[in-house]
Amino acid sequence: MLRYTLKRLFSLILSLAVASVAIFAVIEIAPGDPASFMLGMNAQPETLAALRSELGLDVSKVERYFAWTSGMLTGDFGTSYTYRTPVIDMIRDRLWVSLPLALYALVLSTLVAFPAGIYAASRRGQAGDIGIMGATQLGVAVPNFWFAMMLVLIFAINLRWFAAGGFIGWDAGFWKGLHALTLPAIALALPQAAILARVMRSSLLDVLGEDFMRTARAKGLSSRQALWRHGLRNALIPVLTIIGLQFSFLLAGSIIIEQVFYLPGLGRLVFQSISARDLIVVESVVMLLVFSVILVNFLVDLAYAAVDPRLRSRT
Amino acid sequence: MKRNLILGGLLSALFVLAALISFAWTPYDHTALDIPNKLKTPYAEHLLGTDHFGRDLLSMIMVGARTSIAVALVAVGIGMGLGVPLGLWAAARSGSLVDEVIMRGNDLVFAFPSLVIAILITAIFGAGAVNAIIAIGIFNIPVFARITRGAALSLWQREFILAARVAGKNAARISVEHILPNVTNLLIVQGTIQFSLGILAEAGLSYVGLGAQPPTPSWGRMLADAQTLVSIAPHMALVPGFAIILTVLGLNLMGDGLRDYLDPRLRVART
Repeated sequence: MLRYTLKRLFSLILSLAVASVAIFAVIEIAPGDPASFMLGMNAQPETLAALRSELGLDVSKVERYFAWTSGMLTGDFGTSYTYRTPVIDMIRDRLWVSLPLALYALVLSTLVAFPAGIYAASRRGQAGDIGIMGATQLGVAVPNFWFAMMLVLIFAINLRWFAAGGFIGWDAGFWKGLHALTLPAIALALPQAAILARVMRSSLLDVLGEDFMRTARAKGLSSRQALWRHGLRNALIPVLTIIGLQFSFLLAGSIIIEQVFYLPGLGRLVFQSISARDLIVVESVVMLLVFSVILVNFLVDLAYAAVDPRLRSRT
Repeated sequence: MKRNLILGGLLSALFVLAALISFAWTPYDHTALDIPNKLKTPYAEHLLGTDHFGRDLLSMIMVGARTSIAVALVAVGIGMGLGVPLGLWAAARSGSLVDEVIMRGNDLVFAFPSLVIAILITAIFGAGAVNAIIAIGIFNIPVFARITRGAALSLWQREFILAARVAGKNAARISVEHILPNVTNLLIVQGTIQFSLGILAEAGLSYVGLGAQPPTPSWGRMLADAQTLVSIAPHMALVPGFAIILTVLGLNLMGDGLRDYLDPRLRVART
């Protein structure tokens, strides 16, 4: 297990290094100098040079890359070009919206998908199964931002159960904050729940055909007991992988959903930064997103290997 | 299971047809403003109603189908065009450095969701349909590379490949002449699914302003226009929304149906 962990860790570090070079290179290609963008057309050359050195733009690209990455390792993401505040502070504030939103959606989608998938598998081919599978087909086809607009129309505008947008902040209390994130989380969770329910169903159906399930029945367990005691546990392994993969879709998806609900999360930060050409913020947020995706997949791999020793010898 | 194929095929054909017809004819000019008739709910003269400028929604949907289909189709083309050769190459050199580099590269691209790629591209080159195509296309490459490699790996173990090697064919020729024809079915099915995902992605990108720019009509931007008006003119959101859902649903059903149809083993297993 130690050898496997080290091997995965090495690959994690390598991925992060390559990803950071790619992101840095892409941002470097961007036309336009942030300093001249900030100072406008009529800037004096001396002022421009002073600002460039203040922003750390006057050193070579290689030096800038290492300054950026080593800064990130110590929690210093640089200073925003437009707001002149540390990028890490801007990100931290927004993360308190985006991360809870993604987690909330993950919990919701799991809560819906597990029972739905189990029910469909246990009623295979019957009306309940066909109904749930039809619903998941629809769930995958609905764009979540459109679904979000419909939720706003029904639950915020007509029924007035929720606010149509904005975020009250966690200072107002945990439940109020959670309440404000409910509609966005439902919208975000819908397609993921549909996918997860399908995976749950097919994984369970695979397991139900295994010999040990027949053995469990033969020793006198009812089909329900066999399902809960032996089937579910074995079916969970592929399901957990999908949940790990979904995390990246949820984080990316929250970027769009935040636009529908005017939530002050990472997504809005990115769009504001793009239009202000505040590329250091864009660079850092994208790196953070990619880092979290790579990290989650690494953790899923480890959890997987811990559960199933056979996987340790592969790759 | 054939029902899926027929229903999905019909739905998909409907939108492809709408896009094709829009080149020759639309009920109205999709850019024509008609302020007195703005925000009309569907009625005889405007079958799907009008938007806040009085533009005919049916015409906009028809022309918008062009954008969606073109973006998704080219993006799938990029993904297949680069991903399939990479997958074949990796499988032919299985276990070698080339294989390792290609597969790790795939993992890396997977860590950038298409939206994140689009954000990066937009930050540099600005928003636009072409950049949306590139963003969705890049994300498609590892999907096709992985599925091709997986299928090709098991084919390489088969006797007919051994026979081809004995006959003196090199790895490249075997990949093209024997492996590729045997993974085509798989690629068609995956292509259909990626096509539907591409339509969803294009709508999402256009919705946040990273995709097609005005005056190019796009379903995603129609939804962005509808957002602030959703309480007074819900049909403005419902019409493009249903267009997206029906197209994606149609393509997914067709993909499922094709999988069952092209792989006879599943026909037995699925009953």
